[in-house]
Amino acid sequence: MTTTLRHADRIATSRGARRIRNVVASVLIGLGTLVVLVPLFLIFWYLLSRGLGAIDLDFFTRSPAPPGEAGGGLLNAIVGTFMLLIIASLIGVTIGIGGGIFLAEFPRHRLVPLVRLVSDVLSGIPAIVLGLVAYGLIVVTTRQFSAWAGGVALGLLMIPIVVRTTEEVLKLVPTSVREAGLSLGLPQWRVTLSIVLPAATSGIVTGVMLAVARVAGEAAPLLFTALGNNLLNLDPSKPVSALPLSIYVFATSAYPEQQRLAIAGALVLILIIFVASLVARVATRRR
Amino acid sequence: MNPILRARQVNIYYGDKRAVRDIDLDIAPNTVNALIGPSGCGKTTFLRALNRMHDLTPGARVEGTITLDGEDIYGDVDPVSIRRRIGMVFQKPNPFPTMTVLDNVVAGLKLAGIRDRGTLLEVAERSLRQAALWDEVKDRLNTPATGLSGGQQQRLCIARALSVEPEILLMDEPTSALDPQSTARIEDLMSDLKKDVTIIIVTHNMHQAARVSDTTSFFLIGDLVEHGPTDQIFTNPRDERTESYVTGRFG
Ligand SMILES: Nc1ncnc2c1ncn2[C@@H]1O[C@H](COP(=O)(O)OP(=O)(O)OP(=O)(O)O)[C@@H](O)[C@H]1O
Ligand SMILES: [Mg+2]
Repeated sequence: MTTTLRHADRIATSRGARRIRNVVASVLIGLGTLVVLVPLFLIFWYLLSRGLGAIDLDFFTRSPAPPGEAGGGLLNAIVGTFMLLIIASLIGVTIGIGGGIFLAEFPRHRLVPLVRLVSDVLSGIPAIVLGLVAYGLIVVTTRQFSAWAGGVALGLLMIPIVVRTTEEVLKLVPTSVREAGLSLGLPQWRVTLSIVLPAATSGIVTGVMLAVARVAGEAAPLLFTALGNNLLNLDPSKPVSALPLSIYVFATSAYPEQQRLAIAGALVLILIIFVASLVARVATRRR
Repeated sequence: MNPILRARQVNIYYGDKRAVRDIDLDIAPNTVNALIGPSGCGKTTFLRALNRMHDLTPGARVEGTITLDGEDIYGDVDPVSIRRRIGMVFQKPNPFPTMTVLDNVVAGLKLAGIRDRGTLLEVAERSLRQAALWDEVKDRLNTPATGLSGGQQQRLCIARALSVEPEILLMDEPTSALDPQSTARIEDLMSDLKKDVTIIIVTHNMHQAARVSDTTSFFLIGDLVEHGPTDQIFTNPRDERTESYVTGRFG
């Protein structure tokens, strides 16, 4: 009887200490969250306050006006960015998901160490160097700056990101699920495609969006591949502009009109990435 | 009668550790065979070797020979063709997480290219009835399989294994998560299936082994201590370790 009483006492006294610890922890967590969120809000605030006024219909429907003249927009850069991202995804998503599947589902294959090495090295190469690679591969051989070249540079950049996230989410699918598929007499490729991949879809899509967002803001590898173009261009074998390129060029311009375009371009770039991630999330939400 | 499955000097290693030692075992067709023994003695390990499930486990290695109708399953054969003939129900339920109840049951057929809805529904109903699950899920065939209870998921996995009509069915403690009624139905199922299927079942339930099986194999720390007709193992075991285990004195 006495021991139970003493036990109850201990609970009572420790309850006060626990409450204090709880409060301290909550405050610390709150502060940490704030520290993380403040820069994000500052960036948004800066871009919104300065860029929102510059966004009008012209911004989306016209290309930049000649220097010094009022008006104009970034239609050329918006279209160029989409073009580059599509080309980059064709390369980065297919090769990246393929590589991730290979690493996760065939871990005993003798080429695994090589593929892993290539992917790791690729992720360590600076973006501008990948731009040089695309320059050497495509611009030099075709004697033409082009969206193809820019897309390849960005695609190379995407590959290791997609490989890594794909491999990681596939490894989260329990082995027992694969075993269940194999025990039904299904070949491994079928188990991978129809059972394991569907279980990992939302994670893979998140990884792809991450990679797209990561390369959408790259200017450096585009400098000597996509080059930039002040006119709207829909031909992937010709130079195109991209939002980061326009931002880069206009932000340092002497003309206030062009500086406005740069800020507005930055805002639109962020919004495009934001909306794309949101759409991907909603589309792959578990039914 | 010629054995359908024959194991000779089977040793199974996890890395350097030998989990199963020098197993010789013959399984006759159209029989129910129980594997019994204390936890960790290698029952699951041995069972998984019979349809090459260890191919997936890093570090696991099978030595010796296992033949299916005289053909070495670790020889020059496609493991897929072996697994098509030897189905498996696992110790823990493992439904396909993204699929509905119906898709789970017929996955083996559907993913092998059978598309005819009538056939699939027919097979699904037959398999689910056999697994004593039909009445509970017939109104929720198109809901996610992960929404079922643990015991229901296990019966779903039994139905899924039955749907592809294997010649041999490996069952690793299939009823350990089931209530007495479902367990009784599964035990009846085993007797019914015997005319078409050979069954090897791991169980910790001595009564179950005695009720359903024709032969019983007693494993102890990786060794097959004794194998024989179930009657003899339970009433007149040759090895005293078998006797103390089946009478419940250890394990
Ligand atoms: N993947 C693995 N890696 C390493 N050791 C393993 C692995 N799986 C099982 N073992 C070991 O092999 C031995 C036999 O395990 P097994 O799972 O075959 O036992 P079991 O007879 O099925 O036991 P239970 O009745 O508890 O299911 C055990 O000592 C276990 O720790
Ligand atoms: Mg086991």
